[in-house]
Amino acid sequence: MGELNRRNFLKTLGVVGATVSGIPAKKLLAQSKSELFEDRMGVLVDTTVCIGCRRCEWACKTAHDIPAGDLESYDDESVFEKMRRPANESYTVVNRYENLSNPKSPLNVKVQCMHCDHPACVSACIVGAFSKKESGAVVWDGSMCIGCRYCMVACPFQVPTFEYEKAIQPNINKCDFCIERTKGGLLPACVEICPVEAITYGKRRNLIETAEKRIELYPDRYINKIYGFTEVGGTSWMYLANREFNELDFPKLGDKPAPGVSESIQHGIFAYFVPPIALYALLGGIMWVSKNKDSKEEGK
Amino acid sequence: MEHEFQPTPIKHKYFTPSVIFISVIALIGLVFLALRFIFGLGFVTNLNQYFPWGIWIGLDVATGVALAAGGFTTAALGHIWHRDKYEVLIRPALLTAMLGYTFVALSVVTDIGRWYYVWHPLVMWNGNSALFEVGICVMVYLSVLYIEFLPIVTERFIGRVNLPGILSGLNKIVDSILRFLDRTLNKFMFVFIIAGVVLSCLHQSSLGTLMIIAGEKMHPLWQTPVLPLLFLLSAFSVGFPMVIMESLTSSKSFGLKPEKDVLTSLSRFVGPILGIYLAAKIGDMFIRESFVYLTELTLPSIMFTIEIVLGVIIPLRMFLSASVRQSTTGLYIASMLVIFGVVFNRFNNYIIAYNPPYTETSYFPSIGEISVTIGFVALEILVYRAFVMIFPIISLPVKSALRKTKYAIKGA
Ligand code: SF4
Ligand code: SF4
Ligand code: SF4
Repeated sequence: MGELNRRNFLKTLGVVGATVSGIPAKKLLAQSKSELFEDRMGVLVDTTVCIGCRRCEWACKTAHDIPAGDLESYDDESVFEKMRRPANESYTVVNRYENLSNPKSPLNVKVQCMHCDHPACVSACIVGAFSKKESGAVVWDGSMCIGCRYCMVACPFQVPTFEYEKAIQPNINKCDFCIERTKGGLLPACVEICPVEAITYGKRRNLIETAEKRIELYPDRYINKIYGFTEVGGTSWMYLANREFNELDFPKLGDKPAPGVSESIQHGIFAYFVPPIALYALLGGIMWVSKNKDSKEEGK
Repeated sequence: MEHEFQPTPIKHKYFTPSVIFISVIALIGLVFLALRFIFGLGFVTNLNQYFPWGIWIGLDVATGVALAAGGFTTAALGHIWHRDKYEVLIRPALLTAMLGYTFVALSVVTDIGRWYYVWHPLVMWNGNSALFEVGICVMVYLSVLYIEFLPIVTERFIGRVNLPGILSGLNKIVDSILRFLDRTLNKFMFVFIIAGVVLSCLHQSSLGTLMIIAGEKMHPLWQTPVLPLLFLLSAFSVGFPMVIMESLTSSKSFGLKPEKDVLTSLSRFVGPILGIYLAAKIGDMFIRESFVYLTELTLPSIMFTIEIVLGVIIPLRMFLSASVRQSTTGLYIASMLVIFGVVFNRFNNYIIAYNPPYTETSYFPSIGEISVTIGFVALEILVYRAFVMIFPIISLPVKSALRKTKYAIKGA
């Protein structure tokens, strides 16, 4: 019901917008479809397999034309001393945590955009510069973005970053799920380079099965939780670990999609423009009545 | 009698010592503003990847919009409910709203990274975005405010167009355009007046929807699904206090006698509205049981308490008291407290309550950010002063009624 309303609302808005801006309505209606694609892709990150070689960091930079330096320099383990976050010049980073049951093989956690199924960034963006693609990827379109940074306020994982030092064309940066590569049938750069298959690319629903099977087969190796399966309504990237996820700096989030509340309020206030028009009519009525009353009193 | 008072351009010297002081502050702000556009946001602000919004959004925009609420609340009272008594307050309130929103728009342009794309929301629509709604409404309302101001311009210049030098050839044409505007606008003005009130209600509340999407990142003392209602109610409650404060300030500054009778009678409305706001705020707190956070001594709990006690409860009590409403000082203090409360509330919602994960340090505005914010306020005061000296905004007694009325112009 709510979902249906939303779609209708978008359509109405799209058509109104089209008439105003002169864009053919058909095109807008096609754009407003954003149902989740059944076969969308995802990645399963097994933090117990990851060896922290940071090859993925290098590959990601290389694939996105960011200066990456030599691959050897990534063997430097001193970077693990401090927790790092995705940044403008590194869309993914690996952090290291202690493995409580097996101190010899630490947990390494690769971080990047989660490619949420109901992304807050997509819902928030004032101009619709963010979009969720059929493949599951959430991507940003620089030709639309006005740099308001509302997407950063909205993202529950605090992922998008902004180029504050640029006065002209500052970008919003984040992992784009290697959309250009996967379009051509390639694997995401980070997945391709991983020497130990700690990150698996595949259909999201298959990955969930894989993850469940692993937990079932190796109950000692994992805690019984797939992070990203239900968080904020589900994410494309999902994680396995053998420690509680909040100890690995994952935010504790509910199962409801992040944009849920704000969108329903927004659409409540605007439902088919009925509330504003009703208010307009009401005020108009008051104005008319009070004016008439005035002139009558004056006439006395 | 009311209609013996007429909006008149104020004759006064523009520069006084305090005006010069304010100009200096405005200039400093402009310098930092220039730096921001030349070297980027990072050069001037303390914003970072965790705190994307600072005081330029939290104060200049969110508070600016709230404090301009005097415009639509007085318009509703005077034009829609036809309380003619308040007629004298409408023009100053309209001017404040017009300038207020203009500076809100300037602040948005200052804050967004790609300011030259500020028009994008006009053609790129995302109906799911609360920010889109705020953006569109503010743009439309700003245009409405300029339209509502037009009659004041025509009134001032019809028959008085006197362009200098070669432009003087255009005098006739400009005059007839003004006359045409005057005739047509008169017939349709009610459309814009109602639209202004509706638009205000919409974006005042959507400004509250804005932070809801931040979800768990926002402190539970402020994060609530009824934020839009709370924002709307607080905008209602700050509207008249702003008008009162401004009226008292400008009459002081121009050496006029304050319009105390009108203000006293206007102030009757404030107490009940504040009461409804307080009830909503406390009701929400009890339904969500967020009051548990008030038992700990933390920055949010302190800020919340100040916001409620100093900004709502005390002025509520003051506005309910007849003797306060009768006294100029009382009115001034009570109004200032309400204004302070709403400023605090917006600041709390946008800055204090926002606590993103992974932060190493908290956000505190830089000297540059503060200078631009204060500079904008200073600039607004300067433009306001210029406008009331050029246009008929403030009501003065017409000559024949000058004898011994409650208005008297001292000095100039
Ligand atoms: S993690 Fe953040 S940036 Fe990535 S899709 Fe989700 S909301 Fe958007
Ligand atoms: S910064 Fe750009 S992408 Fe992010 S919400 Fe604003 S317009 Fe959209
Ligand atoms: S999917 Fe591509 S963009 Fe994302 S982290 Fe991997 S390499 Fe980087």
